[in-house]
Amino acid sequence: MSTLVMITLTDPGEGLTEAEILDIKVGVGDTVAINDPVIEVETAKSAVELPSHIAGRVTRVLVSVGDEVVVGAPLIEVDTDPDGGDGAGSDQAAAARQQATAGEGTGAQDSTSAQEQAAPPADSGAEEDAAPAADPSAEEPGTQAQEATESAAEEEQPKNLVGYGTRSGASRRRRRVAAQDGEDQDQQVPIDRILAKPPVRKLARDLGIALADVFATGPGGTVTREDVLAAQQRAIGDEPAPADGDYFPDESPQAPASLHGAMKSATSQPMDQQSFSGVTSDDRTTRVPIRSVRKRTAEAMVSSAFTAPHVTVFNEVDMTATMDLVRTLRASREWADVRISPLAIVAKALLVAIRRNPEVNASWNEDAQEIVYKHFVNLGIAAATPRGLIVPNIKDAHLLTLKELAEGINDLAKTARSGSTPLSATRNGTITVTNFGVFGIDSGTPILNPGESVILGMGAVKQKPWAVDGSIEVREVTQLALSFDHRLIDGALGSELLRDISAVLEQPQLGLVWG
Amino acid sequence: MSVFRTTIPQNAEDEPLVRLIAPDGTRTPHEELDAAVAHLTGEDLRRYYRDMVMIRAADLEATSLQRQGQLGLWASALGQEGAQIGAGHAARTQDYLVPTYREHGIAWARGIEPWRLLDVWRGIAHGSYDPYELRTHPYMLVLGAQAPQAVGYAMGLQRDGLVGTGDDESDTAVLALFGDGSSSEGEVSEGFTFAASFQAPCVFFTQNNQWAISVPTSVQSRVPLAQRSRGWGIPSVRIDGNDVLAVYGAVRLALDAARRGEGPRYIEALTYRMAAHTTSDDPTRYRHSTEEEEWAAKDPIDRLRTYLEAQDEIDEAFVTRCDEEGHDLAMALHHQIHAMADPDPIEMFRNVYADPHPLVEAEREEFVQFRAQFEDETTTGEER
Repeated sequence: MSTLVMITLTDPGEGLTEAEILDIKVGVGDTVAINDPVIEVETAKSAVELPSHIAGRVTRVLVSVGDEVVVGAPLIEVDTDPDGGDGAGSDQAAAARQQATAGEGTGAQDSTSAQEQAAPPADSGAEEDAAPAADPSAEEPGTQAQEATESAAEEEQPKNLVGYGTRSGASRRRRRVAAQDGEDQDQQVPIDRILAKPPVRKLARDLGIALADVFATGPGGTVTREDVLAAQQRAIGDEPAPADGDYFPDESPQAPASLHGAMKSATSQPMDQQSFSGVTSDDRTTRVPIRSVRKRTAEAMVSSAFTAPHVTVFNEVDMTATMDLVRTLRASREWADVRISPLAIVAKALLVAIRRNPEVNASWNEDAQEIVYKHFVNLGIAAATPRGLIVPNIKDAHLLTLKELAEGINDLAKTARSGSTPLSATRNGTITVTNFGVFGIDSGTPILNPGESVILGMGAVKQKPWAVDGSIEVREVTQLALSFDHRLIDGALGSELLRDISAVLEQPQLGLVWG
Repeated sequence: MSVFRTTIPQNAEDEPLVRLIAPDGTRTPHEELDAAVAHLTGEDLRRYYRDMVMIRAADLEATSLQRQGQLGLWASALGQEGAQIGAGHAARTQDYLVPTYREHGIAWARGIEPWRLLDVWRGIAHGSYDPYELRTHPYMLVLGAQAPQAVGYAMGLQRDGLVGTGDDESDTAVLALFGDGSSSEGEVSEGFTFAASFQAPCVFFTQNNQWAISVPTSVQSRVPLAQRSRGWGIPSVRIDGNDVLAVYGAVRLALDAARRGEGPRYIEALTYRMAAHTTSDDPTRYRHSTEEEEWAAKDPIDRLRTYLEAQDEIDEAFVTRCDEEGHDLAMALHHQIHAMADPDPIEMFRNVYADPHPLVEAEREEFVQFRAQFEDETTTGEER
């Protein structure tokens, strides 16, 4: 049997985060010994050869010369037991012995994990009677609806509305009893008072789990580490897509860069197709297979545009006061290590406006014939990345302070640009903000992220003449565009939401009054 | 005239370079040093050869381990094995050695196993050998700082009556090691001042490996480094640092003099840092490969082997066995590194002060309570 081990990019200096592949010294089928150089990389500091930490036969090379890779990225896969564990190694007797041992060990592990799969942990095994989720596309909304009808009492407990529908077991019974009694205080905590210790909160954040989605079993209604892990397990169980790592493949969704050159002459050479598999090119056209992020973007756009009737309302807003606030915060010591952008204020204004118009934070469930109102906001931030459009969301954004929100946006953008956005970060969004202002344009008609009902677009902040108390002044102005699903949001409600957002941006102190 | 000089020649180029074994393996006689190495047997020299091979293998493995993400950083001593093994063995057991972070050969000669060095570079320990037991100071990371500290230790030996008594078993000296770059630090000058003024039993030993990271020695000093200490009245010598025998002889003479109460000595050993300054450095950016090839021809291991072969002291089988043992050591380190456990963070409060300190105790208590938050309460919760 074979034992596959990955050679990943280590930090070859002190605190470096990425490197460029200069040379690949092995190919598939080559045999490597411990410390054999396999790849040469160049970092900000130096060009270094990376030696293999294992012996075996190369089965995959996952990078190409010229690639920029982040520390931790897989480079080369090696089968440390290519000859079926018969210990046939000649010049590395010790290594071969070790491989043989490793091979046996892995065999044991394999059978163990097979058993685990055959007999899931008691926790999840008991779920089967509940909601077998006939249609994988019916995710939280369906589950949630089912859950909501299952127990009317539970509807009053927003904290547990989402994601535990298939949960069963002792703690659940306890909770039901409590709900009927109406006395169990620890299960009645409002959404902004979820009890969890800082390390547990961090774990949830790292895993992309909203604490509101976690079923609390700890003493006093606290969320425990195991609760978070259980919630993650359920999320994985629902997941029809491939593993996280494959979801955002490292390839451009756009045409090859050489396309720009092709337009400059009447006839051109067929393009370099090395880094772009499946691309075909003649002297007049280049054909790129539709796949990965491009494919999913297209599917999402089509499903959204042709199922949800979109209405977009526009408003031009005097952002001067907001920009003053941004400048003040930038200069303040407390914000020294957080980059604050107008987008963060716009996001905060949106959250404040949602609080005044909670009906907008909902989704249309065609299958269940229900409108699902969310008691939490997972705020999506549209990010243009080298891999295409990705919309990760900030879990429970309604619970965050402005600073936490700004940090969350920065982290999200950074992770998205580096290509390491986990799949979980893009699930369960409720409302999205897109900032086409960064491209320097004034406005657009954003299309809803599927499953959501509102998307707010923000244009570039520009100096413009503006009428203030009867005279013309130069003010900083931006245009907001708000698209909503007209099936469940009427024009009046959508307009009210946009007006409230605009009001907070024009007078940030309203955030104090409404927030 | 002693091999340790007190006068500076008119012309800097007239400063002699003392060596016993030339790069081609031929033996040059030298009256004073010959006497200092006369007691060494073929067995001793074979041991030094093996030591150099072993520490080079460990060194190369450590560099690989850093590239494989197992160490945060590594400073290679490649090419300096002769200077380090020679100096390390020349010291007596009771002498106190104060090394820099590039002294893996010194550590080996003092009986410190290489894996004890790796955990510091892995970032899981501040040091894991007993400096008192092995009479070897923890690796000095703040370069130059060791000179006044070593002199202070030497002055302490004077006050303890451990210098110049004529008892070979108790008389003690200090060997302070630093490189050409550190020799330009102010602290080395301060160390020279105190050592000279108090005639402290301290031998300063510089491995001039030609490069202070990217700064060549020629930029740092207009004269051979050996001449610097003579302004303080500290006798000094410039030797071939890739000649393990000359290093042994010179260091032995210097330490003997210091133990006898004759005051400090300074030795400049010319050698070459064959690898990068550390694994974070890329020497191709500031030096030519021709220079590296030139020094490769002066390699300390090849040189001793050529000499011993000419003396019929070693054969092919011995050389092969040393190489195999080196490989085994490297593979042992390769596998051992994964077994190195992260320390309990509470350990950081130990060894802050020699005696208990109320503030450290308070911080320790605070940390214990902070950490208790991270423990999984469900394992102790009343529901289970």
